[in-house]
Amino acid sequence: MKTMGLDIRLPIGIIFTIYGAILIIYGAVADPAIFVNSLGVNIDIWWGAAMLIFGLVMGTLAFKASHRKV
Amino acid sequence: MHLHFVDYAIIVIYFVFVLGIGFALRGRMKTSDDFFLSGRSIPGWITGLAFMSANLGALEVMGHAANAAKYGMFVNHFYWLAAMPAMCFVGVFMMPFYYGSKVRSVPEYLRKRYDEKTRTLNALSFALMTLLVSGIDLYAMAILFQRLLNWPFTACVVASAAVVAIYIYLGGLTSSIYNEVLQFFLIVFGFLPLAILGLKAVGGFAGLTAKLPNPGYAHTWKYIWHASQNPMGINWFGTIFGLGFVLSFGYWCTDFLVVQRGLAARDMPSAQRTPLIAAVPKMFFPLMVVLPGLVAIALDPHLTKYLNGRYDNALPAMLGKFYPSGLLGIGLTALLASFMSGMAGNVTAFNTVWTFDIYQTHVNPGKPDRHYLNMGRFATVFAVAVGIATAFIVLRFNNLMDYLQLLFAFFNAPLFGTFLLGMFWKRTSAHSGFWGLLCGILAAATHYTLYHYHVILYPSDMAANFYQAIWAFSVCVVVTLVVTMFTEPRKEEELVGLVYSLTPKPRNQDLPWYERPGILAICILALCAVLNIIFW
Repeated sequence: MKTMGLDIRLPIGIIFTIYGAILIIYGAVADPAIFVNSLGVNIDIWWGAAMLIFGLVMGTLAFKASHRKV
Repeated sequence: MHLHFVDYAIIVIYFVFVLGIGFALRGRMKTSDDFFLSGRSIPGWITGLAFMSANLGALEVMGHAANAAKYGMFVNHFYWLAAMPAMCFVGVFMMPFYYGSKVRSVPEYLRKRYDEKTRTLNALSFALMTLLVSGIDLYAMAILFQRLLNWPFTACVVASAAVVAIYIYLGGLTSSIYNEVLQFFLIVFGFLPLAILGLKAVGGFAGLTAKLPNPGYAHTWKYIWHASQNPMGINWFGTIFGLGFVLSFGYWCTDFLVVQRGLAARDMPSAQRTPLIAAVPKMFFPLMVVLPGLVAIALDPHLTKYLNGRYDNALPAMLGKFYPSGLLGIGLTALLASFMSGMAGNVTAFNTVWTFDIYQTHVNPGKPDRHYLNMGRFATVFAVAVGIATAFIVLRFNNLMDYLQLLFAFFNAPLFGTFLLGMFWKRTSAHSGFWGLLCGILAAATHYTLYHYHVILYPSDMAANFYQAIWAFSVCVVVTLVVTMFTEPRKEEELVGLVYSLTPKPRNQDLPWYERPGILAICILALCAVLNIIFW
């Protein structure tokens, strides 16, 4: 899956992992009043977890692919 | 709408990554083929998602949410009636000619099939259209940020456009395609919570249909039969033939913006799969744009509460209503990503057509490859600069989606006639392509003038666009046929690889069934038919 030296899954994995972590942390420490917008759901934590999982899966795939080549 | 530090941080991280991908690819752009065609080396799933993403400009996303608020589920036709069959057609039947003939652009195919003048006419009209479209996209974006955040209009236009220019300048089409894949996932993750929260707020799908201002809003097909019954004022003929056939096939099958992604694929099966892979997310995209538009109009039927008097506000207003800080940063990043992927698609298509079909052919032929690579970089910066300038011109038009379809009706609709006859009828002569295409564009111009001065009347601008496309296409086909009758056919041996009946069919027998284009296309169309029935 390596084309032109860059596996795009790696940057995707990293950015989604970072975004997921930011959302989870922010959702945990933020004033719960801001979640009135999202109908009382702490959507930051939930969606942050979804993004984090996606990021980790993409990152793992890229990592495995790069090690198979060597 | 109020932004916190966390939202800004998310946006800044996004900019760092898109620029980083450009820098990572910088050293790999050694020949013009690397820059304009990615060296034909990219796997199908990447070109497929880029194909989808290049089409997802800010205008596409915000425009269809606005149309959904204005016209209801009728907008689903843009996806299920228009895009699906056309995307399957280009993958199964047309990609073998584009990819197999080793052309570098759509106009270059026209030179091989017809002649130099056909190619030049198409290259010029395409370059003009692309610059106009990228300007509209920029404008849509700038308006959004100004209204939403009170960020200064000019500054944010120039800043976002500059980022696009930098990453294409560095990494060419590869950089554009890789960023489009990243942008695709950001768009999905940025807009999907809106569908979930929106549906929850109105009480599920049943609650949504009960709150819509008129029953026509909740149906895709039920009210299509008479123009007076549906909110767009178009009957079944205009919709099916104008949108479903001429406009959509014209766009998906001949617009170099999308076709270029297929040309970058590493082999023929990947090139053929490119539009088919793109079709799968495209099919479900109404969930992310049409649904928020419907929720917006259900919550605010008089446009006074959230929409502030404008349908265009539907998507950003819903982001502001439902997203708390944190997720809001992700939502705005998704909007930025959609804007950039659309803009980058236009820029890479423009710099290729400009460099190969205009500059290398007419202005300065016979230079070393390095010269054209540098010209491509220069054209990138030029296209972005002109895009910024046109953004200020389109400030004068008030309905952007109608304007976009108008441009397509001018240039893509007649071109599809030229392609259809050229690819599937070997008798079509060299001269006929040029005259058919020219008369088609003139027919579109005539129709537009007559409509503009109220000689012909339509219930809505969108209806006028659909009929304009029908006229442009029909005139192109008739003129091409007539000119062919009076001119010499081309020798058959010159047309091998360019015309359906003279080209060996791609052999897919050794591929597993799920990689064969024909079978994939049938599965996609069947799934699409099911969606049409569910939301009838």
